[in-house]
Parts: sequence; C-alpha cells; structure tokens
Amino acid sequence: MTRKTPLYDEHARLGAKIVDFAGWLMPVQYTGVIDEHRAVRAAAGLFDVSHMGQVEVAGPGATDCVQHLTTNDVKRLVDGQAQYSVVCNERGTVVDDVIVYRMNPERYMIVVNASNAAKDFAWFQSHATGRATLRNASDDYALIAFQGPLAAELLAPLADADLASIKTYCFTEGAVAGAKAIIARTGYTGEDGFEIFTSPADATPVWQALLERGKQRGVLPAGLGARDTLRLEMKYSLYGHEITEDTNPIEAGLGWVVKLDTPDDFVGKAALVDIKAGGQTRKLAGFRMTEPGIPRQGYRIIAGGRDAGFVTSGTMSPSLECAIGIGYVKADAAAEGSDISIDIRGRARKATVVKTPFYKPRQRKG
Amino acid sequence: MNAPDNLKYTKEHEWIKIDGKTATIGITDHAQSNMGDIVYVELPGEGEQVKKDDTFGVVESVKAVSDCYAPISGKVIDVNSVLAQNPETINEDCYGDGWMIKLELADPSELKELMDHTQYADFVAEETA
Repeated sequence: MTRKTPLYDEHARLGAKIVDFAGWLMPVQYTGVIDEHRAVRAAAGLFDVSHMGQVEVAGPGATDCVQHLTTNDVKRLVDGQAQYSVVCNERGTVVDDVIVYRMNPERYMIVVNASNAAKDFAWFQSHATGRATLRNASDDYALIAFQGPLAAELLAPLADADLASIKTYCFTEGAVAGAKAIIARTGYTGEDGFEIFTSPADATPVWQALLERGKQRGVLPAGLGARDTLRLEMKYSLYGHEITEDTNPIEAGLGWVVKLDTPDDFVGKAALVDIKAGGQTRKLAGFRMTEPGIPRQGYRIIAGGRDAGFVTSGTMSPSLECAIGIGYVKADAAAEGSDISIDIRGRARKATVVKTPFYKPRQRKG
Repeated sequence: MNAPDNLKYTKEHEWIKIDGKTATIGITDHAQSNMGDIVYVELPGEGEQVKKDDTFGVVESVKAVSDCYAPISGKVIDVNSVLAQNPETINEDCYGDGWMIKLELADPSELKELMDHTQYADFVAEETA
C-alpha cells in the first residue's frame, strides 16, 4: 500500500507531479526539475523527505550498539553532532547508508533510506548488542530539507535557535515557526542547508512558513527529480545505484566512513579488512560525456575496446549543462583523465573520467 | 489536455500531421508534460526508411529515456535539426517548432489505424484514470 507524508496535500495543492517512490506517494517535480535544481543552487529549495525512516537507539550501551551496527566511529561524536555512516552485512557489502545523530550517550537517532526502512529496522534488531532498545520512530517525524545558499538567512527569523552556532553536521533542538523541531545542518545537495525534524502535525505550517518567507527570494519547493540531479553533481551515493548489497563501501569511495582502526568490532569489519587488503579491482568513477548522449543506470562502460564496468547513475547536469555519470570502472581505467566510452543503446559514445564532485558549491560564510 | 483536431495520434503518444504525401511527426503535449524537462533527442538521418511501430528516435528527460515509435512507414525526408541544440523546444511547442521528423508516406492505408483527437483524449483519460 502506498503511503502519504503529512505534506501530501501541500504537494497536490502546489501542482506537483506525484510518483510512487519506495511505497510513498512523493512529488517528483513541481514546475520542473531544472528550475528546482537551479533554485537550490542559487537561492534555496524545500524538500519533503518525510518518507525517510528514523530509528532510535536508547538506553545503556546505546553507543556500543550503534558502533557495532555502523562502520564509522560513533565514539568520535559529541552530543549534538551527526555522522554519515554505512551499515554493512557480514560480507562487507552495503545494507544502507545512514546519518547517525547523537542526542546524548544513551540516545541516538539513525536516519535511514525510505526504501530500506523496514529492512534496516529488522537488521538493527537482529544485530543489536547489549541492553540498548531500538524503536522505529519513523511515524514520529516529518522531515523537511531546506537547502541552498540562502537557507540560513531565510530560516533564521523563523527559528528559535542560534543557527550560526550549528556547524556542518551538527544539530540542535529548538523550534521553527513555533513548532518544536530538531534543526540539523545536514543535507544531500552539496549546498549549505538544514534538515528540520518536526512532528507530523507541525509539518504543514513549517513548510508553508518557509515557502512564504522564501518565495520573494527565489525559493522553490523541489521534488525527487531535483534531489537526484543535485546529489549526482556532488557524486553522493544513492542506495540502489552506487551502493547495494553487491557493492562494498571501499570501492564505492566511502572508505572514509569505514573505521577499521578502532578496537571495536562492527558487522562486516572482518570482511572489510580483507577487502581493503586485497586491493580494489574496480572503483566508482565520475565521468563527463564528450559525445552526445546521456548515460543511464546499467549502461556498459568500455575502455580500450573492452568491457570495463557499468553506469550506476547519470543525467544531464543542470549546473554544468553537460551529461555526467557515475559508474564502477575497472581500477586500471578509472584514473582521472582516462578516456572511456559508454554503450548508449548500442553506440559507443566517448566520455572522460573527471575529478569529482562534478560541481563545487559556493563556500558558506561563517 | 491539448490535442489539436487537425492531427492524428497513436497510443504511444506521437502525433502525426498529413499534408499530401508528407507526414510530420512529434510527441504529444501529454507526453512532453509527463516527461518533464527534455534534455536530449536522438533522431534518424535523412533518407532512412522507417517502418510503422519501429523506434525512430529517442527523447530523454532529466529522469527518463523514452523511445519514439513511427506511426506509419516511410522515408525520412526531413529532421528537425533545432532539437539537437535545443531539445527543450519540444516542451515549449510540441505541435509546432518541436516537431521531430517528416516522412514520405509509404502506405496510406496505415493511416486508418490512427486515432483522431477525441479518440486520443478518451485514450489518455482512460490511461491516466
């Protein structure tokens, strides 16, 4: 059965094109993907990401439990800090990518992908350690992402919190438009911005207040389409594309969130030690098309006349105005500047492996 | 829904305009609106023969790839070269400047299978219901 987020009526009212995404009726676009994408890069965009799941890990041993479930080092976190991480299975391949928020040493919130929410919760339950209790808190939260260079300036007058003191990948508990909220400086676009967790009942007034405040300055509601082109320009992984249970985080370029040097064990650690020692036969590379055509998931990558891998995501980049893609490429063909070809419907079209992210957002002030 | 009454339509959402032996072909307003921002178009070369129901081109939006199917058989006598540089023309004017190819009609009897604008409107209503 498909579900609706608390903001569904707002999307309908705004004329969004609605699609079924991971069992949720979600806006794919309002006016158009390119407009929405550009609004996020130039001003700010408002995304409903309430479909994402939240799992709370609480009680004595919560830190050790999260440390065991995720590959990054949770023990580096202090209260009010968040951390990008990966959940692996025993084979060292990816169950999901997540953000861990530390409320206090005995209470964490893990934000998981909508498509994996049920799987993750079952996984966490069956692999939890100690006396920590796990709760699927997804129904407690609506989640609004407000992303773009103007996000901080536009949110400030509506927020009962000192936004300037919230550093990247940190959060605070406060209020937005009078509604109790967790305000986190996290996001999936590469821009400065916030993810605002509210109760489902407060989602609509918060959404409306942000849109009202921002519309004179070019803020647009943005759908899943723009979310995808924005994250792709940053080469951020998307579950089901770059990362799956057939890929490991090291070849996916996520070795930086796999901490093998702590004394703690985590699910998949032994396998990842072996994977790392064995060297990488393939690598997730970003490439730019130099001939016409748009790379899409599943298209073959060719190098030196031979099969060299496959595309995981591709699009026409609204910021760069050229076709870009990400894919797994044999390690010897994955160096920056390498010439490759993409098999686009039977025709080999030229591309070059390039440095990523494809797009570099403006640095935020302060 | 915008579907002019001087055109014929297919279930794959192409439109076709007959002018003597020449057929101009494009995708419908419903199709372009569903696809969203069109960012790439691939068309056949002049002189190529296309057969009814075969793929004659590809239209890509930011998110999706869609094949275009020939509503009739014939020889390609003209292609809209504007679309290579400005594929968004299809979003802006799908029945005008956003036309895709012109065919020299091979078999006029194939035209009987096409829908008129009211049949097409009913078809879309049914499909989206």
